[in-house]
Amino acid sequence: MKIDFKTLSQKYGLVIVFLMLCLGLGLLTDRFLTVSNMVNVLRQSTINGIIAIGMTYVILTAGIDLSVGSILALTGVVTASLLQSEGVSVPLAIVAGLTLGALLGLVNGVIITQFKVPPFVTTLGMMTIARGLALTFTEGRPITGLPDGFRTIGTGSLGSIPMPIFIALIAFLLGYIVLNHTTLGEYIFALGNNPVAARYAGINTNVYIIFVYIVAGILAALAGMILIARLNSAQPTAGLAYEFDAIAAVVVGGTSFSGGEGSLWGTLLGVLVIAVLNNGLNLLNVSSFYQPVVTGVVIALALLFYKLLRR
Amino acid sequence: MSDTLPLLKMERISKSYPGVQALEAVDFDVVPGEIHALVGENGAGKSTLMKILTGAQLPDSGRIIWKNQPVNITSPGDAQALGISMIHQELSLIPHLTVGQNIFLGREIGSGIPGFINWKKLYRAAQELLDRLNVGIDARTEVRFLSIAQQQMVEVVKALSLNADLIAMDEPTSALTDRETDILFRVMRSLKAEGVSLIFISHRLEEVFEISDRITTLRDGIFVGTKEAATLTEAQVVNMMVGRELGELYPKTNRVRQEVVLQITNLQDNKELHGVDLTLHKGEILGIAGLVGAGRTALAETLFGIRRAVAGEIKIDGRPVRVNSPGKAIKLGMGLVPEDRKLQGVFLNMAVKDNIFISAMKQVTTWGFININKANRLAKTFVKKLGVRTPNVGQRIRNLSGGNQQKVVIARWLTLNPHILILDEPTRGIDIGAKAEIHGLMSDLAAEGMGVLMISSELPEVLNVSDRILVMHEGRVTAEFSRDEATQDKIMLAATGGLDQGGMLNENEHV
Repeated sequence: MKIDFKTLSQKYGLVIVFLMLCLGLGLLTDRFLTVSNMVNVLRQSTINGIIAIGMTYVILTAGIDLSVGSILALTGVVTASLLQSEGVSVPLAIVAGLTLGALLGLVNGVIITQFKVPPFVTTLGMMTIARGLALTFTEGRPITGLPDGFRTIGTGSLGSIPMPIFIALIAFLLGYIVLNHTTLGEYIFALGNNPVAARYAGINTNVYIIFVYIVAGILAALAGMILIARLNSAQPTAGLAYEFDAIAAVVVGGTSFSGGEGSLWGTLLGVLVIAVLNNGLNLLNVSSFYQPVVTGVVIALALLFYKLLRR
Repeated sequence: MSDTLPLLKMERISKSYPGVQALEAVDFDVVPGEIHALVGENGAGKSTLMKILTGAQLPDSGRIIWKNQPVNITSPGDAQALGISMIHQELSLIPHLTVGQNIFLGREIGSGIPGFINWKKLYRAAQELLDRLNVGIDARTEVRFLSIAQQQMVEVVKALSLNADLIAMDEPTSALTDRETDILFRVMRSLKAEGVSLIFISHRLEEVFEISDRITTLRDGIFVGTKEAATLTEAQVVNMMVGRELGELYPKTNRVRQEVVLQITNLQDNKELHGVDLTLHKGEILGIAGLVGAGRTALAETLFGIRRAVAGEIKIDGRPVRVNSPGKAIKLGMGLVPEDRKLQGVFLNMAVKDNIFISAMKQVTTWGFININKANRLAKTFVKKLGVRTPNVGQRIRNLSGGNQQKVVIARWLTLNPHILILDEPTRGIDIGAKAEIHGLMSDLAAEGMGVLMISSELPEVLNVSDRILVMHEGRVTAEFSRDEATQDKIMLAATGGLDQGGMLNENEHV
């Protein structure tokens, strides 16, 4: 029985942490465990959730993408400006924005694979460049006032499900299927696990590394669109430090920085843990100055707990 | 030697892990100034016994007597304090530090002021120790510039600097060339002359017999016996290790056919290959011998598209081909079992089945989607065909023995049904039972018409498995022997360049 408990907690450690957190918050405040608050938590976690899917792909290849927050901002302002242009339809603007995200990811991937620049350095560069471009493009001013048709993706709902949650769910499902049921996903795990052996096994590793950065770019752009649609405004300074929220979620979710190990389920839980925590602290009226401290401590404790269980 | 008081006595040592009895009442002793070989197949318990000796694991029962005193070794620190050192198969030196820094890592020689190091004194002490072994290594060299053999010497020196009376060496020769092995053996003998005892773990029985005074054999965690090396034969030790008569160690079933499957002319890569010519027939096992650095691995990797050729021609089934990536090589019907299994071969954290079908995704997918049933079926077929010992195909490959991991890597290629299989050191670090199975498999594959190219540093393997043998030296094929005419001496002569002055020794008329 003892062994059973151990394997159980190894497998579901994070689920346990998450449920304990929810239970604790539910006991501390009766506003937490209400349907409207739950929906609220989910809606707040959609942007980080979508970015974290791409980040999971990247980290599975033992890479990192620090540029997603800036890509979000740049694609956001470009999409917004297209939406305000004459003769550009809403779908066209969306496709253009996503394509720009893909292109920026492609640039990351090509620099990493062709010039052998470490992902950290490459995407750090892209982080600065994309942010700078966003500021230049808008001359530092937000672009406000977006068409209603576009705003639906941030504010509308499908039945009783808010649109952003619906989009995030689709992104997650697609991401999950690709990662776990296709050749692409198999190769991503393999090259994260052992890039040399992947090459010897005949896998064109560069293609798949480029692919994950493109995925990260597209998803950052998608998250950006939801954000500007909700705010009815695209800010060149949007998405600051979003990459770190996404990395935190992925790591809390148990994906290894050394690559090849991890899952999107873990990331999903990681995103939810962080979102629930922020939500709970708000409900408990914890000062916004203390909130990051508490979040950080809880993340560290969660990781520690998780690590102990894994022994 | 049995009249000498033992330095170390391990009595009735038992250790079990969940589901496995790793050691059962094993006795082991070492006398001062002896080289004591510890042999057994993978999983026989050698490593566990050494882990207990060096404090990395605690025994469930049994006792350890060191210099006539019962001792408790509960940590590596305890073992070091007693004078027991271990040199692991995977060397633990830090590449960017100097030899001296590595030797005294954690025990830096102070300069009187706390926290400051007296470099002069440290390097002098390190150099003295190095000179004592007469290995010609400068204490100020960074470790990354040393060969594996030299790094091993540094490990030995590190052990000596701890005043070790007993040094256990786990497979120290597995990555060494014959020449380097000779140097290591010289050092081991001089240590022995100084009264230091050595435990030598190796899969290479010739070496065991060359260097050791006594041999202890373990099998499945049970002590089989300790005997004077001089009273034993290799065959007897093999029997003790495997517990059964090994049929033929090198079974041969294949017959070389007329058709040429691979022809290489003047292959060059501007670095290690300076014009290699080679012909491989259907159904043939072509052995490639040579020293490390002779260009054998470069040849395999260029053929397989990992390195780029700058000149020369490769013909497969008579058609000239360009191989610029492993993917292309696979399409052309080649497979490569690489030299370094852990680094280049297996995905350690993935399941056995993933390791098998990773190169054959097309066979297990429809429109890019994995069909789990197909994948499992494919993996199971090959696990069965090659006799891979694993509880199930979902098992992580890291839990398998080296021999079984190697079979999985071979299975990966067999899923693609290649015409040409290149194996680079196919049985390095693999126990005797699995080794014979892999040799048998190679023979069967050749019998089915595959052309097999085998690179090996183990001369007995080359001599006994190959139908024909090429010897490489400095990026060229310097000699060719038929199975019947090849001898160890002839191969070594060609491998060390002894034939260079007289031009190429070419005897391919015999093929």
